[in-house]
Amino acid sequence: MTVNNNIERRQAVRRLLANRGETLVVCGLGSSTYDVFAAGDDDRNFYLWGAMGGAVMIGLGLAIAQPDKPVLVITGDGEALMGLGALASVAAQKPDNLTIIVLDNAHFGETGMQPSHTGHGVDLTEVANGCGFNNSQTITDYDTLDAFSNTPNAANGPRFAVVKISTENPDRALPNLDGVYIKNRVRSSLGIQPV
Amino acid sequence: MSTQNKPAQRWEDDIYDCFVRHNVSQVPYVPDAGHAHLIRRVHDTPQMRPIVLTTEEEGVASSCGAWLGGQKSVLLMQSSGVGNCINMLSLVSNCNFPFVTIVSMRGEWGEFNHWQVPMSRATPGSFELMGIDVKRCDSPEDVAPTVDAALYAAFASEQKIAILLSQRLIGRKEW
Repeated sequence: MTVNNNIERRQAVRRLLANRGETLVVCGLGSSTYDVFAAGDDDRNFYLWGAMGGAVMIGLGLAIAQPDKPVLVITGDGEALMGLGALASVAAQKPDNLTIIVLDNAHFGETGMQPSHTGHGVDLTEVANGCGFNNSQTITDYDTLDAFSNTPNAANGPRFAVVKISTENPDRALPNLDGVYIKNRVRSSLGIQPV
Repeated sequence: MSTQNKPAQRWEDDIYDCFVRHNVSQVPYVPDAGHAHLIRRVHDTPQMRPIVLTTEEEGVASSCGAWLGGQKSVLLMQSSGVGNCINMLSLVSNCNFPFVTIVSMRGEWGEFNHWQVPMSRATPGSFELMGIDVKRCDSPEDVAPTVDAALYAAFASEQKIAILLSQRLIGRKEW
């Protein structure tokens, strides 16, 4: 299957975060974490270096704990597929401040570009629809992406979007590896002191 | 009203009272009959958010997210789900998140369904391999002090504790 996706992942994430305001970000391990860091380091970014399949559920716990702040999960198709059930768990909770973005290049980029399930036709937007998300879409151009980024969460959130990106593999951009530091930095940004 | 008509406090209610006292606000769970009463009480409490999961590791991740946002979470599951959590417990370890799970044991006391036995047998070892302390309750009197101590240690100093509720305490499942 040949797919020509023109959206570049770094550009997409820069646009998603350009007007982030108070948004808290959880990013899935691998390229999504590099993309978020490359868009500009921020105390409110929770970078994952492991825990594959966990990004959406970390975002859910955070969104419930901080209902007045937007929470944005940015992850890849491989990471989202490993935690597919999380879409059902999020849909059952319906936190209206949570947005999930899947950067979908239809490949496992970190491990040698093996085709992922989305490359075999699995449609994550339809999965989200089937789980009960009221607000889900597949984005294939920058104008739609910008409109999505600049639209506040609807009262019938959570929101879900697959962003179809090209298979380009930009240089890694590596944030701090220290999980305790990253955790305490996010908590401090919310005014919570380390124990 | 005669006091002798007052129903005895159940150990499940002791767990609930500890949740209230320690301000536990998120309760992710994969259901088990042993947790059914507690789950009902959580659902009846506006200050607590029950979060039904498709698999136990989701609750490890959501509990870490809760703490990132300043809330306390306790994961409820049965012993058959402990193995599902192994890799996600690396998140707890790497970031030094507080972690409390209460596990209802199957496969260890008058178990009819021997399919429950291997994961039951591996439950304490699985937690210990991933750096989680294991506490065990064998009698109703054990429950309140064990849960209270675990919640205090976890959320005052980011410790990681699994409390196993023995099948003898819960009662065997009749078939």
